[in-house]
Amino acid sequence: MTRRRNLLPLTLIHTSAALLATTSLALTLWTGLEERGVALAFGVLVAVGELSRWNGTTGLGLRETAPLGAAGALSYALLGADAGQPTHHGAFQVVTVVVAASLVGCVPHIARGRSRTPDHLARRVLTVGFAAVCFQPLYSQGMFGPWGGPAYALLLLALLSLTALCDAVLAAALAHSRTRWPFGPLLRDELRGMLGIGSAVCATGAVMALAVAVVGLWALPVFSVPLLLTQLSFRRYAAVRTTYRQTITSLARSTEIAGYTPAGHARRVAALCQAVGRDMGLSEPDLTVLEYAALMHDIGQLSLVDPVPAGATAVLPVAEQRRIALLGGAVVRQTGVSPQVAAVVERQADPCREQPVSARIVRAVNAYEEKTRAGGPGGPLQALEELRLGTAGDYAPEVVEALARVLSRDCLTLPSVG
Amino acid sequence: MEAIPARARAYVVCVVLGALLCLLPLPTVHAPWWAVALLAALYAGCEQIARRRFAGTFYPVLLAAAFLLPPPAAALVPLPGALFSHVDEGSPWLRRCWRAAQLALAVWAAGRVHWALGGRNAVVASDFPYALLPALAAVLAFCLVLTVLDGGILALAERTPLRRAWRGLFPRSLAPIGVHGLAGLMMAVLWRSPYGPVAALLVLLPMGVSWWVFAQYHREHAAHQATIRALVQAVDIKDGYTRGHSERVGQASMMIARQLGMDDSRVEVLRFAGILHDVGKLGVPTRLLRKDGPLTPEERRVIELHPEYGHEIVRGIGFLGEARAAVLHHHERLDGSGYPYGLLGSQIPESARVVAVADAFDAMTSTRSYRRARPVSAALAELERCAGAQFDPRMVGALMLALGKYGWRPAVTADEPPDLVPPAAPVPSRPGVHR
Repeated sequence: MTRRRNLLPLTLIHTSAALLATTSLALTLWTGLEERGVALAFGVLVAVGELSRWNGTTGLGLRETAPLGAAGALSYALLGADAGQPTHHGAFQVVTVVVAASLVGCVPHIARGRSRTPDHLARRVLTVGFAAVCFQPLYSQGMFGPWGGPAYALLLLALLSLTALCDAVLAAALAHSRTRWPFGPLLRDELRGMLGIGSAVCATGAVMALAVAVVGLWALPVFSVPLLLTQLSFRRYAAVRTTYRQTITSLARSTEIAGYTPAGHARRVAALCQAVGRDMGLSEPDLTVLEYAALMHDIGQLSLVDPVPAGATAVLPVAEQRRIALLGGAVVRQTGVSPQVAAVVERQADPCREQPVSARIVRAVNAYEEKTRAGGPGGPLQALEELRLGTAGDYAPEVVEALARVLSRDCLTLPSVG
Repeated sequence: MEAIPARARAYVVCVVLGALLCLLPLPTVHAPWWAVALLAALYAGCEQIARRRFAGTFYPVLLAAAFLLPPPAAALVPLPGALFSHVDEGSPWLRRCWRAAQLALAVWAAGRVHWALGGRNAVVASDFPYALLPALAAVLAFCLVLTVLDGGILALAERTPLRRAWRGLFPRSLAPIGVHGLAGLMMAVLWRSPYGPVAALLVLLPMGVSWWVFAQYHREHAAHQATIRALVQAVDIKDGYTRGHSERVGQASMMIARQLGMDDSRVEVLRFAGILHDVGKLGVPTRLLRKDGPLTPEERRVIELHPEYGHEIVRGIGFLGEARAAVLHHHERLDGSGYPYGLLGSQIPESARVVAVADAFDAMTSTRSYRRARPVSAALAELERCAGAQFDPRMVGALMLALGKYGWRPAVTADEPPDLVPPAAPVPSRPGVHR
């Protein structure tokens, strides 16, 4: 399935990154490297950071996949002195060193064919270029001389916050043009992700620049250790998130194997729910709750002695639907998933005015899926029509409209998520 | 929480007296008191956040204090944070005093060592790499004091043997405290630099995020374990009389695996294999599972589909590894008369052979609605009789050895429903042919 992409921001970002990288490379080759030792040390740091980068996974709230590389690059951009001696590397040398080191560190990732590498590099080049261009020329002209002391530290921090903002906009623009998900929620998610690891990266960048200015290059290994540990625990966190997701998917499949629901139903409902939730501008954590709830929305049927015919709950009497929903909520509560998921599962059969938004989405999408399956070739259109007629009571109108938008965008088939 | 024994109380009083002794030279000490106050407030704040967001304490501030201040002044820094901390268990004031005294002693010792090695001048002159040496020695002292005091209270309050109380503590706490020490050193150096305390405070942010991630990992891990449990409980909902069976089979599989000398990760996988072996019963109609009395051949055939259903459910869970094969093959027999594939001897995966023995053992030693439990010795004799034809003799031998060493104390007590159904159904002719 081809998806129309809005390619303008993508090309714009990539072209300007390439332009900046080549210009800096040419200028640095022309003028030669200043302070080779410092350049080499930071280059090694950035390369190591890139090497230990993990493959970016969306939906984890982990925006920065190479915090060590990012912090190293930013601190080099903001470096004004080495053990008390002023440094003389300009903005272009910063970009050159970071590009070279990132390329070296990216070789294994490119060899393994990971798709996000060009985007990652473009973001890195542009953000580092932004920070360096803001800082280095002013510094070399001695503009910060009178600032001195604590004010200087705060200035670095402010500069880094600006850079982080710029990075968030870039990331959101890239994701928007790749996926055509709405830009606003993407930017909001990027900014929220900034508060966690992003703030740590900024603070480490500032602290490293200051510490190198005081004690020299010894500060680099001392500071890399905590950040490297953070990176490792992030990786383990991501791994356990993955297995957790697999377990929940398996738990969801148990109703299919038990013959209560048709094969693939839970997965299809989850995928469609996520697309609808995204269209309605839900945040990343809400989308995770929505996904888990959608996967497990039928789990209450396990408590039934005999299966519901074809697993179709949408046509059952309301009282029976509610009973199954409550049973499902009880099972979900035992699973240790966040209580929000259990609440969504529990309330999926309530009248839509009383439901939280996630439960509305699950209810409408579940009904759509069941009606589509029952309807044969003309099923999708007919199912959507039935949902629209039901907006008076059972299904929330805004959810049905979002569903219609998602379906028309993807030619009434399920979107490939990702 | 049970009452704290008197000797433990006496021990706490001694430690508090020791801490007071450290604070004794305070009137003669020249210290920047605003720095002491700032660091103490900082530590108290960090401690409050740390309690709410993640378990564990936040040492960089304390170690920075040890690197910056004279030892008696540094020993003051942990006091407000520890004395106003939130305590859930009984006798809160005793616990607060204990915590405060322990930390004060540790910080004082670290400061003392750092001072003696000339670390203070190294910090002021930011003399690297020499500054790392006193810092390392101070971290060692800090860690040593904490673990010695902790071990003492464990030995007195919980009657843990001293040697065992001390053995694991030191190496486990050294690495995290070492990392905190590096951050503390950076804090101290930046505090003394022209950039001042503002720059030093920035060090705390990445440390905090690092700890938060660590706590997230643990929370997620616990949630994951709970979900596995839920898979098992889903079976329990359907199949009334095998309650607790899965957990016990997991435990017996773990004992066999450990006895065979498998490494820890494999032992863990086998525990999961035991816990999840019957998950496929989710796919068997509830009416069949709950049927009393003998099964017709067709019904038996439907029940015998459960290993394949189980494999279908768990095959998507990556970390289970060879446990997935165990779920599929735990009803195979060495002579090839088992199901689903009728594999022979060594064709059966090792994990499945382990789970088969554990499963049969627990089936025989627990009460089912159709018969009473057999004693462990009778079950072992039965297993031995069937070894070679049905079970792998190696696994049976390992189970016997392990039971001889540790005994059979299932961690999960079977909360069996009271005997509603008298043992009417015929006792199965072979062990392992249970439902």
